[in-house]
Amino acid sequence: MSTLESPLYRLHVELGASMTEFAGWQMPLRYESDVVEHTAVRNAAGLFDLSHMGELMVRGEDAAAALDYALVGHMSRMGLWRAKYTMMCSDDGGVIDDLVVYRRDWDHFMVVANAANREKVAAELTRRFAAAGLDATVEDETAAIALIAVQGPASAEIVASMCELGADDIRTIKYYTAANILLEGGIHAFVARTGYTGEDGFELFVSAVEAREVWELAARHGEGAGLIPCGLASRDSLRLEAGMPLYGHELSHDTTPFEAGLGRIVSFGVDGGPKRGDFVGRVALARAKDEGPAKVLVGLAGDGRRAARTGYAVTDHEDRQVGVVTSGMPSPTLGRPIAMAYVPPQLAEPGTDVGVDVRGRREHMRVVALPFYKRDA
Amino acid sequence: MASIPEELKYSKEHEWVAGELTSGSVVTVGITAHASEALGDVVFAEPPAVGATVTAGDVCGELESTKAVSELFSPVTGTIVEVNEALENEPESINAEPYGSGWIFKVELSGAAEGLLDAAAYAEVSE
Repeated sequence: MSTLESPLYRLHVELGASMTEFAGWQMPLRYESDVVEHTAVRNAAGLFDLSHMGELMVRGEDAAAALDYALVGHMSRMGLWRAKYTMMCSDDGGVIDDLVVYRRDWDHFMVVANAANREKVAAELTRRFAAAGLDATVEDETAAIALIAVQGPASAEIVASMCELGADDIRTIKYYTAANILLEGGIHAFVARTGYTGEDGFELFVSAVEAREVWELAARHGEGAGLIPCGLASRDSLRLEAGMPLYGHELSHDTTPFEAGLGRIVSFGVDGGPKRGDFVGRVALARAKDEGPAKVLVGLAGDGRRAARTGYAVTDHEDRQVGVVTSGMPSPTLGRPIAMAYVPPQLAEPGTDVGVDVRGRREHMRVVALPFYKRDA
Repeated sequence: MASIPEELKYSKEHEWVAGELTSGSVVTVGITAHASEALGDVVFAEPPAVGATVTAGDVCGELESTKAVSELFSPVTGTIVEVNEALENEPESINAEPYGSGWIFKVELSGAAEGLLDAAAYAEVSE
């Protein structure tokens, strides 16, 4: 597979970023310091290039019904300009990808998929729409769109100051809501109050040809507020502290949304409420819900220094493996090791003591409630 | 391009060694700028204990960043006579001054150190 480049690739190199390959894309890992970038997002603001994320446009008379069938959420119930976190599951209930879906018009949705799963999701949406005999098309517009995120407590003021028209919308839209904005210089942007950091923040979907202008506009307007460019390393540490799952770590084909603690996003319809038709995975997911999960995603926190990492064994008091770590690192905000792991339900209660085999040495950790970090409301 | 001081010797595992390489002398060991940049911000350093014997090419400790964990290899054979206690509270020195305040441990050599690279040879390894 050839390596894909963000429209901002040259800019990152000019800024001195350490580049890394991520899901086939050359993306910035860090500019200078992971921890400085992480802390900037917690205290002020960070600027991220997320152009590797897939934007799949679903259009057509039956677009809403088609997504209802293809995804686990009830997409036709979404209002205009709303965003919804959802998943695509297979017939057996395993997660194919986790997605954010934006309703841009009554017959137009934008499905944002993980870079590694973009092609699979696009193909599967097309297949499912055809199988259901519904009139909706899928177009992969990833290459034409740049996704630039401004995240952190100062983000609303920064993004508002970038606007020629729509600054009031930026200040007032709620979390998981979007607006069409005209940025300085007459640049059109679809701006959503969404993110993956645990902070207030915005994601700006703009034309790839205007990506550099938008990035530089944000950098200029954010400078005084402490905004700095941030790479994927800090994005990962921020999302882990916020207890957010990452596909390939907490989520996979072998995991159901219920095991991941995200059963609430699976909509079976409400008795006496709006009708919810059939959807792919419904039977298996209904069974998974009834039976209860065989493994549960939990947070772990340690008092020592050595961090659990992806794939390490979780052990019980007799040193038998009972689970596995999906993500882990020393938390920059909390100053202690944190991790997410799958364990049996009987070990999932906060306060439960477990061990983690950290390269041959047992480190003591404790089950804690997720998220590890929650911003002040 | 990360800096590679001329006066130091290097291992292929990206440690540097400062001092006389003869038996009985005490050398200072750290990781190179190249290694610290690859690792990201070091948040925890676990050097070998004072009094421990270390063998050239063997693992003797760990360095942990938010992104990754890296094994620390000893570039020389001998006995640990001192470790950089300041790293306990300021592990970021390893990134800020990898050849200065970010030094990690000192070893009294049990024999003449062998197989180390000069700056030019290390530059090729770390390209």
